[in-house]
Amino acid sequence: MGETKKRTMSPDAKGVLKFVSDHAIIFLIILLAIITWANSQNFISPDNLGNLISNVAPRFIIACGVSGCLITKGTDLSAGRQVGLAACFAAMMQQELTYSARVFDWMPDMPWIASLLITVAIMACFGAINGCVIAFLKVPPFIATLGMQTLVYGICQIITGNQPIGGFKESYRALASGNFLSNVLGRYSRLLPYLLLPALLVGLFMWFLYNKTRHGKYMYAIGGNENAAQVAGVNVPATLIRIYILASVMYALAGFLIGSKAGGASTATGTGYELEAIAACTIGGVSVNGGVGKVSGILIGVLVFEVLKICLQFLRFDPAYTFIAQGLVIIVAVALDLRKYLAKK
Amino acid sequence: MSEYRLEMRGVVKTFPGVKALDHAQLNLRPGTVHALMGENGAGKSTLMKCMFGIYHMDEGEVIYEGEKVQIKGPLDALNRGIAMVHQELQPIPERSIGENIYVGRYPTKKYGPVTVIDHGKMYEDAAAVLKEVHLNFDPRAKLGSLSVSQMQLVEIAKAVSADCKVLILDEPTSSLTAAEVEALFTIVNELRQKGVSIVYISHKMDEILRISDEVTIMRDGQYIGTWDAKGLTTDFIITKMVGRELSNLFPKRENVPGEVVFEVEDFTSINPKSFRHASFNVRRGEILGVAGLVGAQRTELMEGLFGLRSHTAGKITYQGKELKINQPKDAINNGIAMLTEDRRATGILGVLSIADNVSIASLNQYLVGGIMLDDGKIEQLVQDNVAKLSIKTPSSKTQIQSLSGGNQQKVLISRWLANDPDVFILDEPTRGIDVGAKYEIYCIIAELAKQGKSVIMISSEMSELIGMSDRVMVMCDGRVTGFIDGAEANQENIMALATQFE
Repeated sequence: MGETKKRTMSPDAKGVLKFVSDHAIIFLIILLAIITWANSQNFISPDNLGNLISNVAPRFIIACGVSGCLITKGTDLSAGRQVGLAACFAAMMQQELTYSARVFDWMPDMPWIASLLITVAIMACFGAINGCVIAFLKVPPFIATLGMQTLVYGICQIITGNQPIGGFKESYRALASGNFLSNVLGRYSRLLPYLLLPALLVGLFMWFLYNKTRHGKYMYAIGGNENAAQVAGVNVPATLIRIYILASVMYALAGFLIGSKAGGASTATGTGYELEAIAACTIGGVSVNGGVGKVSGILIGVLVFEVLKICLQFLRFDPAYTFIAQGLVIIVAVALDLRKYLAKK
Repeated sequence: MSEYRLEMRGVVKTFPGVKALDHAQLNLRPGTVHALMGENGAGKSTLMKCMFGIYHMDEGEVIYEGEKVQIKGPLDALNRGIAMVHQELQPIPERSIGENIYVGRYPTKKYGPVTVIDHGKMYEDAAAVLKEVHLNFDPRAKLGSLSVSQMQLVEIAKAVSADCKVLILDEPTSSLTAAEVEALFTIVNELRQKGVSIVYISHKMDEILRISDEVTIMRDGQYIGTWDAKGLTTDFIITKMVGRELSNLFPKRENVPGEVVFEVEDFTSINPKSFRHASFNVRRGEILGVAGLVGAQRTELMEGLFGLRSHTAGKITYQGKELKINQPKDAINNGIAMLTEDRRATGILGVLSIADNVSIASLNQYLVGGIMLDDGKIEQLVQDNVAKLSIKTPSSKTQIQSLSGGNQQKVLISRWLANDPDVFILDEPTRGIDVGAKYEIYCIIAELAKQGKSVIMISSEMSELIGMSDRVMVMCDGRVTGFIDGAEANQENIMALATQFE
């Protein structure tokens, strides 16, 4: 009886079917993209795809940051607000000297790289606080970072005086709006926005960190079984603190880029980005049970989300429906992820 | 009506990659204790989970009181009078004992149209049930206030409260003390007299031979046979379980204990109820067995030495050099390794690969340029250990949680071997490991000692202690109560020291 069953489906066909069902969300999004393309040729125009890449880049950087927290069974709800605060800091340091509403009018003119480094240094402190509270005070990450989220928002309101910050220097604005090889490729250079570079570098760095260093192995070990990792001699608090600092560094970088891209920053910048990043990680296979997650998966997760948004936009859905679709994708993705574990029972 | 209360016939259950049950069967008579035996992975628990409705069998049938039935789930099983006490407890420690007993089937009362839980009746019933199994607990106390073994007894009370006709006890004594085992046996005997059919799963031969009427043995998911317990011998059962003759339970040891290298003096816990004033030493190439009852604080003492628990006083020296150990890292850097008692909780990194599990404690050795890990070197290390310890795994990338207990244990031993430690602390190294794999672990332990490593082995299995130790240290209630030479150690002199309460 068992044999006849096996004959109806070759092992290869079974494998393909399993692959498709394990990655159902991704295939659905690809299908959605094809439908959208069939409806509107503009969908694959360099403009639109370039736009997609520019949207993916900062979100991928944020998701990379939060991935370490998730892999160690934690989370970082302060991600979005930290991005907002970083954007505001960067913006304040990159306003035109002649701009009338310059916040820090005492501040000398500085190159963008200097303000990036200062932003990173400031945000790293918030990451260190998150890490210490979680590692030493043993406050659950959900609560610790929820507190930090509110706290950072308050700080952001104070330093900006609740005013939007604008009047950026052209050199800062160009960072996120320019494209590589624009002289050579013409409109196709839109496919190579400057934003691609930091995302690519972050991706490579994270891949190396997660796969080729002790820190990466310790991170997966803590996510797999924190107590066992401790017994094996892993310095759990130090590793956790490093993870939360690195996360904040990523938010700083992303905030810096988002400020540049948007041409302005305010206390509202980055709102809700933590949820998008966590959702993207989950869709990309970062397990909610800890110990599992790949950089390539995170990229796919972010892509799925952004492609979904653009498709629905092209298909002229009301933005409200986009939210509903995003919510459904998150729930279905996690349900499918958990099903892989449940199936073993 | 047939002579059996419950029959399982031709049960097949397949999991991805393994045939867990291959035409297994079980015939339960009313009013008997039926021991179900087999190595780990033989399919005992799976068969019971099929009976209890946690798993759905692929093929086969269940005949209950002469009628073919389909058990849809645990609640259905309970309603039919089949109860199960699980190997791994699922307690809710923050709720009361009574609530834990009646969770999911609370007695209710009605206020007009509103149905509410009748707490009064629940606690009254719970008290009666507890009394029935000779437990003197307040049903309103938090379950978490009990010890693990007491919780296990409450779990049994819960099964009794279901007024069952079939009771499945899956390794019920694994965390019980000797006195509690006696209490359990009294309950089991009373239930048997009432006509309850009891399925008893255990690895402890002496218990099986004492309590059971019939024995069914399984191997690799298959039914091997059922015998009358009277007249069965341990050797016979093991032979049937393993499927081959085991000429000897323990390997021949060729280690020669040398000079004293590892010394512990006056080691005292920060917790006054835990270990105190513990002093002992271990020689080079010696296996020191550590005996004691549950609660003797053996694990706590060893975890203290390894830096997992804090101590207030005491001195640890290796070859005359004093070691400062405040965390596991310090112990590891000083050449101490520890195989913890609970493999799943503090040993394996479940979702990670064999390679990651082997290398995690020794990553510093495989660095290129101080930063990058050399995957080739790690793979070499893993392959060496897989070959040396004959670890059965499809590849080094396999998740450790998919291996059997014995192979998981070997992977954990490999983890420590990579650091080439001088002192090896083994806490219950063969717990939950089947007979065949146990022998292999014993061989590894003997080999470690032969290489001149100092081995400290905590064990609750008398035969293991007596069979493997050069010397036995006995603890009672946090104190070291004495040492016995391995050749002279026996159940009586060990128990005498283990029960030397102040």
